[in-house]
Amino acid sequence: MSQPIITVNHLKKHFGTNAVLNDIDFEVEKGEVISIIGSSGSGKSTLLRCINLLEKPTAGVIRFHGQDIQAPGFSLSGYRSKVGMVFQTFNLFNNLTVLENCVVGQTTVSGIDRVKAEAKAMELLDSVGMAQYIAAKPRQISGGQKQRVAIARALAMEPEVLLFDEPTSALDPEMVGEVLNVMRKLARSGLTMLIVTHEMNFARDVSSRVIFMDEGVIAEDSSPRAIFSNPQNDRTRAFLNRML
Amino acid sequence: MPSSFGEWVIFFAQKYGVFFLRGAGTTLVIALIGTVVGFLIGLAVAVVRTMPIEDNSPRGRRIFYRVVRWILVAYIDIFRGTPMIVQSMVIYYGSAELWGLDMSPMVAALFIVSINTGAYMAEIARGGIISVDKGQYEAALSIGMTHGQTMRKVILPQAVRNILPSIGNEFVVNIKDTSVLNVISVTELFFMSKSAAGTYMRYFEVFFITSVIYFVLTFSVTRILQSLEKKLDGPDSYSIHGSQTVPEAVIKGEA
Repeated sequence: MSQPIITVNHLKKHFGTNAVLNDIDFEVEKGEVISIIGSSGSGKSTLLRCINLLEKPTAGVIRFHGQDIQAPGFSLSGYRSKVGMVFQTFNLFNNLTVLENCVVGQTTVSGIDRVKAEAKAMELLDSVGMAQYIAAKPRQISGGQKQRVAIARALAMEPEVLLFDEPTSALDPEMVGEVLNVMRKLARSGLTMLIVTHEMNFARDVSSRVIFMDEGVIAEDSSPRAIFSNPQNDRTRAFLNRML
Repeated sequence: MPSSFGEWVIFFAQKYGVFFLRGAGTTLVIALIGTVVGFLIGLAVAVVRTMPIEDNSPRGRRIFYRVVRWILVAYIDIFRGTPMIVQSMVIYYGSAELWGLDMSPMVAALFIVSINTGAYMAEIARGGIISVDKGQYEAALSIGMTHGQTMRKVILPQAVRNILPSIGNEFVVNIKDTSVLNVISVTELFFMSKSAAGTYMRYFEVFFITSVIYFVLTFSVTRILQSLEKKLDGPDSYSIHGSQTVPEAVIKGEA
């Protein structure tokens, strides 16, 4: 098997005396679509945020292609541009239009010239069904539309891995579908994805692997079929009973 | 000689009209330059003060940051904590006494108003920066932007928009507060008024005119800034590009 893209070893994160993550170990292989499920407060989002260092781990090592991302001299900016993130609250740049949201990273971080960056942004916005709205400001579009733009913005950086932090939790129920459709399509394209989600059907149907987290540890890590039809851990079972 | 209040006002308006206008011009120039330069100083100070110090950055750099921050805080405290009229005296006469600097009153005025406004603007701008939603920083970082790029492209444009009303406030305050510069003989509106009034010993009439001029200045500036704000917000509507027949997302390969 080839070298994993991301390796997490003995990851711990404490907020004060509150241990949110307790000794997390896992690897992400290229092309995997991993859903991370679990109750609120189980540490799912914190785990995701530690992976691109929006949250600083208390202890543990995270490697990207074998390189320690916390080592001095490691290019965090370069790393983050290859590990994209989609947020629960979209976080589109409020001062920029839809098009500019997808252009600014390419031109400032990757140094791509404007014409190419715009062409790429247009192509991606078209693929998420937002090409008509390039002139709109974030405040002028709906939540589902914002999230689709946010996905296009992340994709514009040509990431190797895309992290999704509860991408549909802040959406009206009728808008969830349009975002999940885009994600489903991405999963099929072979993009490596880590998805923190409460959408159990999506996790079961789309992911290649499901991680169940409970109280800061990975309680179960298996194929979607195994987790959903034959959970090994009592707490996984209890959780799924509540959710399904 | 004029005998009533009205006659005196007309008398001064006619005789000293150009005088008043020149004073008002000087006042406006000092306030405008002072506010703009003060804004730039304040922005720079705020950006440095909100820079995150990484725990893993080299020790020397961390100490350097800490010293720079201490100096900036001292600057803000000193210039906000003393009256501008006193600062004018200290800087104007002090620079001459200590370093033999022969600043013209106008140069001294521009310097004093800029640096004084800068101290206030530093806190206003810092407020603007920290009021931008944290998610905006995180999104910028998550696509690989450095702190500097995040500031330039995402945070500052939003912060500046949010503090525009306060900048307008400072501008208005500066128009009025340039009057204290008469103590170092800057020929601004108050200084000119005082000279005119002193000549005829008619203070009420002259300063009535002066107050009207100050009001006209601040009122116009307020309105101009308000329309600028509206303009910066951009249009409320946007145009749809391409076909309008497909209102919802159609994902290729799905549907």
